[in-house]
Amino acid sequence: MMQADVSSVLGDAIAAHAQRPGGLLPLLHAVQDGFGCIPPDCVPRIARAMHLSIAEVHGVISFYHHFRQQAPGRHVVRVCVAEACQSMGADRLVAHARAVLGVELHGTTADGAITLEPVYCLGNCACSPALLVDDAQLVGRVDAARFDAVVAQCREPA
Amino acid sequence: MTARVYVARDACALSVGAEDVAQALAREAAARGVAIEIVRTGSRGMLWLEPLVEVQTADGRVAYGPVGAGDVAGLFDAGFLSGGRHALGHGLTERMPYLARQERRTFARVGIVDPGSLDDYLQHEGYAGLRRALAMTPQDAVQELVDSGLRGRGGAAFPTGIKWRTVLAAAGPEKYVICNADEGDSGTFSDRMVMEGDPFVLIEGMTIAGIVVGATRGYIYNRSEYPHAEAVLERAITLARDAGYLGPDVMGSGRSFDLEVRRGAGAYICGEETSLLESLEGKRGMVRFRPPLPAVQGLFGKPTVINNVMSLASVPTIFANGAPAYRDFGTGRSRGTLPFQLAGNIRHGGLVEKAFGLTLRELLYDFGGGSASGRPIRAVQMGGPLGAYIPESQFDLPLDYEAFAAVGGMIGHGGIVAFDDRADLGAMARYAMEFCAIESCGKCTPCRIGSTRGVEVIDRIRAREGGAAGTAANVALLRDLCDTMIAGSLCALGGMAPFPVLSIVKHFPEDLGLAAAKAGAAP
Repeated sequence: MMQADVSSVLGDAIAAHAQRPGGLLPLLHAVQDGFGCIPPDCVPRIARAMHLSIAEVHGVISFYHHFRQQAPGRHVVRVCVAEACQSMGADRLVAHARAVLGVELHGTTADGAITLEPVYCLGNCACSPALLVDDAQLVGRVDAARFDAVVAQCREPA
Repeated sequence: MTARVYVARDACALSVGAEDVAQALAREAAARGVAIEIVRTGSRGMLWLEPLVEVQTADGRVAYGPVGAGDVAGLFDAGFLSGGRHALGHGLTERMPYLARQERRTFARVGIVDPGSLDDYLQHEGYAGLRRALAMTPQDAVQELVDSGLRGRGGAAFPTGIKWRTVLAAAGPEKYVICNADEGDSGTFSDRMVMEGDPFVLIEGMTIAGIVVGATRGYIYNRSEYPHAEAVLERAITLARDAGYLGPDVMGSGRSFDLEVRRGAGAYICGEETSLLESLEGKRGMVRFRPPLPAVQGLFGKPTVINNVMSLASVPTIFANGAPAYRDFGTGRSRGTLPFQLAGNIRHGGLVEKAFGLTLRELLYDFGGGSASGRPIRAVQMGGPLGAYIPESQFDLPLDYEAFAAVGGMIGHGGIVAFDDRADLGAMARYAMEFCAIESCGKCTPCRIGSTRGVEVIDRIRAREGGAAGTAANVALLRDLCDTMIAGSLCALGGMAPFPVLSIVKHFPEDLGLAAAKAGAAP
């Protein structure tokens, strides 16, 4: 079942983007948007569709921080660690996040709910510290209480 | 009569609860049987007041903020729909000092118009610039831009008109217009605010560029960290295309121009223009050697205009009102206005568009109100992660490109990050090198290896390894390493990452465990 899903996401992504000029990044985004990551066994098919070598596709995936090859937790929380957020205590926020979640940066909680990632600027630098949930929900002026509320939201049953 | 209420849908406003406030306003109005229309706009840029709620009155919009969902019932009780007094009230928005003292040109419509409405854009002088550009010869249009004095707002400050002239002169027929929306510098958000608050101005600016230089295809390279901007742009492009402002027959001129949004993938280096081109071509974002310049051989080897969001968003007003009206702002060789962004540890963070020539102190205190923590502002980092840390003794320098370059600083994209007196700038020096190591594309050795060695040397200095003699040797080594990176790196990442480090060695040596700078030392 899972394999069929990957295959259809991949097929749709290839159909939509393989022929576009410079279409590899849009294709990789479509796969990751659809599946949460770019599974390693998709790479040969992507390479064939793009007339590239497997090494070239792997090189592109590994160059960009956004792309991942291992499935993340159900939610990805990106905490900004750039200068403006540091000036407002991002280091303390990251320490709090690690303690509350019991993971290091890039890690996934034991219950599979949350993957904690660092990010270098979310453009919310006047409402620092900031974080981004699932590449969709931006949260500003994050203190420990606000972070805990985000965690609770992520752990709510879907 | 239906009262009109404005709430921003800007990502920053949403990040502090604007959606909840908008829903609470709708609920409360329905419960009270009051008819209101809620218009979702960009942000006014007074970000400490977000979520800001504005109400249309006979005298203009009246502002309330920061409003929480729990404040909404009280606002209705206070009669805010007719501008009633309330503890969160600020009076007429346009008369608030933060806004009234600005010179908004690029941001003229942001926070005022509905970014999802082409009609609203047209009612606020939208597409007047393109209409005038279509009536000009390409040579005259390029001259207009040269005469305006506009310089690239992305950071490098290269004259935009000269770039366009090069592309115009290059052999066609295939040329491209690219908007560099990879706004990765910490402390900057003006690109994001324009894309979310006034997307049509960027589309119009790019269309003018295409018409003038003879390009028919454009790309906006937007960050993956900016999902809200992407959604607003996609919708605006569709609206513009449906109304004939993009497509095979732009405004009935018989000229063709169309564009699309491409999403980056979290690589800071892709804000460097040649790396961005590689990324758009679907490759690793490795920096290219120059020459050839992108204007001659850019995207897919074709002549390419590549400009920052702010530069392209400044183009419509220059064409609508003429070059002199723009050039009259500013000082020296820094003409026009710059949208400064006050960020970090600052009480009144936000967007301040002013003519060049004001001072950092005016920005930090007259606009910014000092630090958010209430403690003294000890340093600001200006110009992003590659910009110098500036001590209080230099807060009175006029903000123009040349004045800052003269003291080893840069205005860059106009981002200003404030730090109070609790900041550990030794840690920030280390971070500058660490960031460079994480984000280096790896093509040139000084950047790829130098940044990692830089982190190690700074660690040794901070650990006082080898006592006084060891520290002196390590500082000498750090300076030497910085020289190598500055002189030997292929692009600005490795070439400028040493600037924040050296500025800390010079102005804040005590944070690295070195002897303090002499009081009153020359800047």
